[in-house]
Amino acid sequence: MRASYVRMRLTAGAILLALLWVLPLMATGEGRVPLPNIPPVPAEKGTQCVEDTDVMRRNHMEFILHQRDDTVHRGIRTEKHSLKGCIDCHVNPIEGGSYPEYGSEEHFCSSCHTYAAVNIDCFQCHNDEPEAE
Amino acid sequence: MTTENLPGRENDDLGDAARRRFVSSLAAVAAVPGVFLQTVAEAARPADQPVTDKVRWGLLIDTEKCNDGCDACIKACDEEHNLEGFGRPTTDAQWIRKLTARDKRTGRVVTMPMLCQHCEHPPCVDVCPTGASFRRVDGIVLVDKHTCIGCRYCMMACPYKARSFIHETLHDQKPYAPRGKGTVESCTMCVHKVDRGDGTTACAEACDEEGHQAILFGDLYDPDSEISQRMRERGATQIRADLKLNTGVRYQGI
Repeated sequence: MRASYVRMRLTAGAILLALLWVLPLMATGEGRVPLPNIPPVPAEKGTQCVEDTDVMRRNHMEFILHQRDDTVHRGIRTEKHSLKGCIDCHVNPIEGGSYPEYGSEEHFCSSCHTYAAVNIDCFQCHNDEPEAE
Repeated sequence: MTTENLPGRENDDLGDAARRRFVSSLAAVAAVPGVFLQTVAEAARPADQPVTDKVRWGLLIDTEKCNDGCDACIKACDEEHNLEGFGRPTTDAQWIRKLTARDKRTGRVVTMPMLCQHCEHPPCVDVCPTGASFRRVDGIVLVDKHTCIGCRYCMMACPYKARSFIHETLHDQKPYAPRGKGTVESCTMCVHKVDRGDGTTACAEACDEEGHQAILFGDLYDPDSEISQRMRERGATQIRADLKLNTGVRYQGI
């Protein structure tokens, strides 16, 4: 009886230790899980998106959905939350000077959508690169 | 509830009476010189403000100035919206067509651009099953391609054959003119230019550059706009006026 109690305490202790070791790793995201390789925005275009990064990651689709109705039906053409605004900032020339196409890993949108298995049809109509100057 | 976050009300500290005085003084100023009126009419709407029904955009086409054989307006439209062809004239997108009409009795020939007439009561909007075809409150008839299912009822309903269906996968669209396979489209009266406050369309600009000045863009509701003045002087016809669609595109000389 006493021996099994000790064994139980030992097992619980071991699990606790294992958790203490694993949890920080899970929190920082380091380790075995591969993460999308998101193309950076050149510093001269700014360091802060129109919303905080975690807000944008979670809600960007809501923002552009709302904005598209405002733009198409009511003629509101503010740059904030517009798809064109995203593209102008986030899609930048790759090596060789050309713009990456949506679908390639170097395109800002598809770098993450591929990872998250998201299918969008924005770029069947919209251009996936900024307008030529 | 506060009024703080309502658009356009930030600096609203005018009392009712004060506001009325302010408005009437504006009216007094506005009644004087034509130059001032011009600036008010052409001042760009701020980008964060919705369009209003205080204006109605329209086009006036003078067929007597329109030259047979000239297709500058069509070329400008194609370039502005990147309407590339696929060598299939029966299905390629076409927002402007040149029409030549001959009066059988007199033999008089007129030539004119035919495009979306931006009706007040558009049949395309009536028949659209998804609400994709719509009329913006400032009179511009558009297709919301996010909701268009490509059924093409609107193409059949339009008495002017103004709409095109996109049969091909497209690339390199203009950022201000998204277009794609499986949707219907037509003349947008260069809505991106209108919203920018350009006060003209690509076809009208091209026609002016050719020296013909057959196409004039303007506000049909503003009695002092050039388009209203010209219509007042010489009158203007609607094509298929019998349908009572109250078109926003009017013709002279037919």
